Amino acid sequence: MTTMTESITDNPPPQAPVPNDGRQRDRAEGIVLSEYPRQETELGGKTIGKISCENPFMVVEDVNVYYGDNHAIRNVSLEIAKKEVIALIGPSGCGKSTFLRCLNRMNDSIESARVTGKIMLDGQDIYAKEQDPVALRARVGMVFQKPNPFPKSVYDNVAYGPRIHGLAGDRAELDAIVHSSLERAGLLKEVKDRLDEPGTSLSGGQQQRLCIARTIAVNPEIILMDEPCSALDPIATARIEDLMDELCEDYAIVIVTHSMQQAARVSRRVAYFHLGLLVEVDETNKIFTNPQHKLTEDYITGRIG
Amino acid sequence: MAIEKTTREKVEAGLARRHRKEALFRVVGMLATVVGVLFLGIFFATLVAKGSTAFKQTFVQLDITLEADVLAPGGTLDLGYADFDGLVRSALGKQFPEVTARADRRQLYRLVSVGASYALRDLIEKNPALLGTTQSLWVPASSDVDMLIKGNIDSNVDESLRTLSDQQIGWVTRLAARGRVESRFNKALFTNGDSRDPELAGVKGAVVGSFYMLLVTITLSFPIGVAAAIYLEEFAPRSRLSDLIEVNINNLAAVPSIVFGLLGLAVFIDWMALPRSAPLVGGLVLTLLTLPVIIIASRAAIQAVPPSIREAALGIGASNTQVVVHHVLPLAMPGMLTGAIIGMSRALGESAPLLMIGMVAFIVDVPGSLTDPATALPVQIYLWADSPERAFAERTSAAIIVLLGFLLLMNFAAVVLRKRMERKW
Ligand SMILES: Nc1ncnc2c1ncn2[C@@H]1O[C@H](COP(=O)(O)OP(=O)(O)O)[C@@H](O)[C@H]1O
Ligand SMILES: [Mg+2]
Repeated sequence: MTTMTESITDNPPPQAPVPNDGRQRDRAEGIVLSEYPRQETELGGKTIGKISCENPFMVVEDVNVYYGDNHAIRNVSLEIAKKEVIALIGPSGCGKSTFLRCLNRMNDSIESARVTGKIMLDGQDIYAKEQDPVALRARVGMVFQKPNPFPKSVYDNVAYGPRIHGLAGDRAELDAIVHSSLERAGLLKEVKDRLDEPGTSLSGGQQQRLCIARTIAVNPEIILMDEPCSALDPIATARIEDLMDELCEDYAIVIVTHSMQQAARVSRRVAYFHLGLLVEVDETNKIFTNPQHKLTEDYITGRIG
Repeated sequence: MAIEKTTREKVEAGLARRHRKEALFRVVGMLATVVGVLFLGIFFATLVAKGSTAFKQTFVQLDITLEADVLAPGGTLDLGYADFDGLVRSALGKQFPEVTARADRRQLYRLVSVGASYALRDLIEKNPALLGTTQSLWVPASSDVDMLIKGNIDSNVDESLRTLSDQQIGWVTRLAARGRVESRFNKALFTNGDSRDPELAGVKGAVVGSFYMLLVTITLSFPIGVAAAIYLEEFAPRSRLSDLIEVNINNLAAVPSIVFGLLGLAVFIDWMALPRSAPLVGGLVLTLLTLPVIIIASRAAIQAVPPSIREAALGIGASNTQVVVHHVLPLAMPGMLTGAIIGMSRALGESAPLLMIGMVAFIVDVPGSLTDPATALPVQIYLWADSPERAFAERTSAAIIVLLGFLLLMNFAAVVLRKRMERKW
């Protein structure tokens, strides 16, 4: 409990005049983008700030995504380093989820979606013909907005990934993977005696940590998180944020969030999206203290969504 | 403040009307339920009232001397030629020694069913040592006597309008007075095939025929239907063609069943030269009939699987096939089973398409394989309902009861299966 409260008060966003999360999201739904002249949002496709980083692990180059005629992501380029946490922020519908789902080819299963551009993971093009999305998703795991454990036991939930990828040689090895994954997801203590109970019988926060355990059980290199806390109460949220602090010692984390505080607390870099454009990306401190673009400033000060 | 009050007043003013509507809604719903239950009750009551008597059958006790020189004239017993009938007749004659005129004796012999000599033959076949002894046996009475005992023949009606004469009724009364007439459980109904003699007619042939047909139907239509549903839902690209297929499947579910019978006749019997009247062909036709139902139900069940589960599985690197096999199928299985059981229930009750492929023939033998000639329960019901004998009327109702029992058993099995597979979300 104490660590949780600590993490909430700890490391407050540097003078970020952010209104509370709920209000922001309400405003985001009814955002008045028409107030912003089109030229200003077009930007000529140029992203402000630093899209590059040292030792890039994943490199996104000129990516466009179309849903039929809807141009959802426009010319986005971004580099992601190993073991860093990068937060994607922006008003609803600006394409954060779409961008995230490009990184592990989850958009493949949407028929109308078309992705152009290049995304390199450790020097390999993940959209290359010979790249199997199944193998890719073992390296780039994903945690969803709504906790979605399988209607199976807690154990089977975590064991599923290792089983289908054949990561464990025998039962003992599988047990070890399940235990260590639950341990690292901070869930082992709570579910130690309930491994045979259905994963769906856990509380919302526990379910989300179970989903995280399930993801790290296949030992990915990058974890994508799409608003992982938006369905959780503040205490459960704080636990997940603590968890992210620990996980980033081993994994790169790309997290979509609507909470400025969360972005400020957990991330090293922040990327601000607007109408499918990557407007600005920089160190978290810099974005929150000294945003370069007017749209970014308006967003983080709560003037738009 | 003023605005708040008027809003409140408005809400309260409408409250009474809302309550009235709700009450009305409830009453209408309840009435509909009551009417439904009432009809069901009447249906079951008449069925049981008409059919329950068929489960009893009248038997007559005769002291039959199994004379060796009658049954085995040359010293060798030939079951095919032995005159069991004669033994039954003489035993009956011994009960009424005063009846000597040929015409009268012929009338007397009509009191006992031909089933009596079959019973005698079975007895000797099982135990040839009985040859030469006298046995006191209960043998089936003829269906006319059975009807008399069950009160279906009114002795006040003019003699020429009855199937039993005054004289015959007198004999039965005297036999009964000697304690030689008894109502017993009608085993023949469950162990015999069809027969021209109502007292010997049973549903076993039809039950076995129906069972074989459903066996063929379920083993073909469930896997094919589920596989088609999975392909259409999970793998087929959305296109004009898949839309066309979808429309066609939906329409196929509404095609009158007799059309499937014609198709079966043309394809399976004329073209593929499969045997007529066989449960195999019946099962194939019923497969065509139930396939659309199973496909539609299975697709609905697959669509009902939450997308979040698919995403979760895809997200940790399951392939499409693994998503389907590990997650979609187990979750959709209860719904698919429901579809299968609806299809099977429909198949069990179908008679029209079976008429087209010759399963309406009069078949005495119980089918021993998928290609033996057979009938099905609904067709048997149709055949018996069409028979003029009074005794077939109660057997028709009894066969319907058996059909409903079959149906109930199937549904029960499905419910048990579904309960086992259902999981909490
Ligand atoms: N499956 C889809 N099919 C068609 N359009 C979609 C789909 N998902 C998202 N979009 C569109 O793409 C745009 C970006 O959506 P999304 O990535 O979900 O935004 P965010 O996550 O930032 O709220 C929106 O205009 C949305 O309507
Ligand atoms: Mg989103």
